[in-house]
Amino acid sequence: MITKRIIPCLDVRDGRVVKGVNFEGLRDVNSPVALAEYYSGSGADELVFYDITASAEGRALFTDILRETASRVFIPLTVGGGINTLEDFDRVLKCGADKVSVNSGAIKNPALIGEAAKRYGDQCVVLSVDIKRVDGQFRVFARGGRENTGIEALEWIERGVDAGAGEVVVNSIDTDGVKGGFDLELLEAVCERVNVPVVASGGAGSIADFVTLFNSVPEVSAGLAASIFHFGEVKIAELKRELAKNNINVRL
Amino acid sequence: MTAIIDYGVGNLFSLKCSLAAIGEESLVTGEKDEILRADRVILPGVGAFADAYKKLCDTGMDAAVYAAADAGKPLLGICLGMQLLFERSFEYGEHRGLGLLRGEVVGMSGRLPAGLAIPQIGWNALHKTKESRILSKTPEGGYVYFVHSYFAAGCSDSLAATTDYGLELTAAVENGNICGCQFHPEKSGGVGLDILRAFCEMEG
Repeated sequence: MITKRIIPCLDVRDGRVVKGVNFEGLRDVNSPVALAEYYSGSGADELVFYDITASAEGRALFTDILRETASRVFIPLTVGGGINTLEDFDRVLKCGADKVSVNSGAIKNPALIGEAAKRYGDQCVVLSVDIKRVDGQFRVFARGGRENTGIEALEWIERGVDAGAGEVVVNSIDTDGVKGGFDLELLEAVCERVNVPVVASGGAGSIADFVTLFNSVPEVSAGLAASIFHFGEVKIAELKRELAKNNINVRL
Repeated sequence: MTAIIDYGVGNLFSLKCSLAAIGEESLVTGEKDEILRADRVILPGVGAFADAYKKLCDTGMDAAVYAAADAGKPLLGICLGMQLLFERSFEYGEHRGLGLLRGEVVGMSGRLPAGLAIPQIGWNALHKTKESRILSKTPEGGYVYFVHSYFAAGCSDSLAATTDYGLELTAAVENGNICGCQFHPEKSGGVGLDILRAFCEMEG
């Protein structure tokens, strides 16, 4: 039977991995290629590279890193950040990305999802959504979680999947960086709404949080995290052994 | 030397890198002559069946695949590339395929038990159904990476391995020199590289 995936996410700016708490105050961590090799060796099921570069030089550095990673690491690579056009899809797919994640780009131009799915296939298009509760409603936030779009999140996700997104990454801004566990209520609501794989992101602080995630919301396909892996608070090999002990099917 | 057929579909960079990692020289090419000079041939592919089949024909690569198959060269279809080897597909209508393997490609939708996400995305275990050259280095239960919403059916004569996703889905096929993987060996870590190694050791 299919296994639950554990996915480290690497935020990359100017060729280096960074990760902020609640999307603010970024801290430099390590070389993306070295980190990718380390994670692949320790049992990561997939990697997400998130390009938070703004400059053209930084973007070129990013594709160099992507190419180098794809030539050394043979697990799936998802790339996100700054994906606004089909040309952006093309640029990262040519450098070794397997899936491309759209976030703000799809908010600015919702047709992007359908156009990309038609050209590259549904399996290639990941809809990543930053979600925060506003007056008890799940709302979509743009620009790295800084701007409330006012869009109802569950409806947005359903529309994205109907348009051709083959996977959804649910980032809860409310739980991100808090390390108090994943946003189970939000994840359950998303899984009830769509039938594509759902990746949980935001809030993992310990191994127990992943066990709770997969036991409480068994429809969730994968758990994604960044700093707890980068700072060694949770070791992926140990995490997967613990999941297996708790009868959660993982690739060991 | 392995020829990777370039007909405008798929992430060929990773495939080329994975072959380099096992010491196999490869050439990404859309030239029939180059394909027929290679020792073996890989037909990659992602996206929709009908589009890919059309591109294959528009670029003349359908003839190159047939010629390579007729010459007895080991031929490996990966993901949609494997699906193209069958007689037909029912992805958005009914479309003909290359017909190098008996069987057809059908959707998961409506066939899987409730609660399973479509597409199947992730690592799943291989269950071997016969001895094959392509899986000669692969342990029973080895994990490989799948991304698909359609699968090959009615292919018992070529079936080499299945994977359990609510149903026993076709995971690998082999019939003579023609083989295929529904999963992505180039994205399946060490298990995947061993499958590519086994393919690169196949003689025509």
